[in-house]
Amino acid sequence: MIRFLAPAALIGAILLVWEVVVRLTSVPAYILPPPTAIAAAFAANAPLLIVSAWRTLEMAFLALIAAAVFAGVLALIVSLSPTLDRAIRPLAVTLQVTPVVAIAPLTVIWAGVEHPERAVIALAAVVAFFPIFSGTARGLASADPDLERLFDLYGARPLQRLARLRLPSAAPFIIEGCKVASGLAIIGAVVAEFVAGSGGEQGLAWRILEAGNRLETAKMFAAILALALMAAAVHVLFQWLERRALVWWRGR
Amino acid sequence: MTVAQLDAVEVTYPGRGPALGPFNLAVEAGEIVALVGPSGCGKSTALRLLAGLEAPTRGAVTRAAERGQTSVVFQAPTLAPWLSAEANVALPLELAGVARPAARGRARQALARVGLGDAVAARPVQLSGGMAMRASLARALVTGPRLLLLDEPFAALDEITRRRLADDLLSIWAEARPAIVFVTHNVEEAAYMAGRVVVMTGGPGRFAGETTIEGPAPRPAGFRLTPAFRTAAEAISEQLAQAMAA
Repeated sequence: MIRFLAPAALIGAILLVWEVVVRLTSVPAYILPPPTAIAAAFAANAPLLIVSAWRTLEMAFLALIAAAVFAGVLALIVSLSPTLDRAIRPLAVTLQVTPVVAIAPLTVIWAGVEHPERAVIALAAVVAFFPIFSGTARGLASADPDLERLFDLYGARPLQRLARLRLPSAAPFIIEGCKVASGLAIIGAVVAEFVAGSGGEQGLAWRILEAGNRLETAKMFAAILALALMAAAVHVLFQWLERRALVWWRGR
Repeated sequence: MTVAQLDAVEVTYPGRGPALGPFNLAVEAGEIVALVGPSGCGKSTALRLLAGLEAPTRGAVTRAAERGQTSVVFQAPTLAPWLSAEANVALPLELAGVARPAARGRARQALARVGLGDAVAARPVQLSGGMAMRASLARALVTGPRLLLLDEPFAALDEITRRRLADDLLSIWAEARPAIVFVTHNVEEAAYMAGRVVVMTGGPGRFAGETTIEGPAPRPAGFRLTPAFRTAAEAISEQLAQAMAA
């Protein structure tokens, strides 16, 4: 109970102080609207925000799937030989450390003006790629060495070793990688939406930009709130999925 | 008949210097040999040579047992956590191409043989240390090996469990009589289980002495109190003390 009460009490206290300070000092609402105004904006724009949140979520989810497929295949290739690993890994790391904002304009050009969603998905996938790739690659190399020896002893073929030892051994690493990547995919999608800068994709980032341009600060806060709630929900969902998957994997 | 033989084998690991040898060992069909020696004397290396998991730097390894006729049990149970006990035990058969239902059936028999008939569906995490070791033993036995290699199989278990497992292993051995080579730190365990105990010097491990233990196998109750057992254990301890002093 205290787990929920403690953060709720803190949030309540912050909101109360915020409301009181804003009212006493009469800060203009376009600089800092009071929480009650934000709540009103949230309620008034709820249908629009939900549609936009769903749009962002959809793109982040597609990006996560694309990243998982690409990262998984690449990790498998890397696990085949140390030479391939040495060849591919620097490229993967370079892709990882390049800020997504920097490659966004290029992606927007490639995707074409009519398809900003493709640019957003591609950029979010780039951000989500690395944790799945490195997790899978590490997992595939982390099988118990004695089990590897037993597979030698039993004369296992390479495909048997992959399917019956290395992939199952990697499962917890892959799951963990996907969990981390799910949060990054949302961040990536939002950043990409900002940079793509087009109103064609009515995601949450666009709502924030739009409200900002019109100095509707309360609506801006409402969109940020919607984004935070969505990201938190995805985090909780993936944490739960990870726990369930690990229970299934190890039987307890 | 000799099941496996090491002739003047030497093993040197790059960057770590010599680990074993020169060392000779001939394992006869149906006998139980214990390898005893100080830590790091290359006992486990000798075992891996016998298993064909490693090649010697110098010397020759002769193995009469073919692939699939040699089984290894490590110090840790080394079970796959994502598989049930039954699936773990069936693994060597399935990898060798035995059809799944047949493999699972033989796995259940092997588990029943080691006293885990009720735990076929359990995952390794649900098994106690002793039970997991029994499952590991069942996996080694399921292929009907001619040569069974055990690398400190009971080292992580408590005294009661290890004695019980030793007796169970001996009665299982009495049925099919595979040749067994096992590595141990424990002189009493060596003298109790083995017909022949080979003592090795500190690394690189060389032959330091050999003791034959007379007496019936499997061991009758109270064997640890007999003069034959006490004499053998004394002799092994003496050889081990000299090997460690050298």
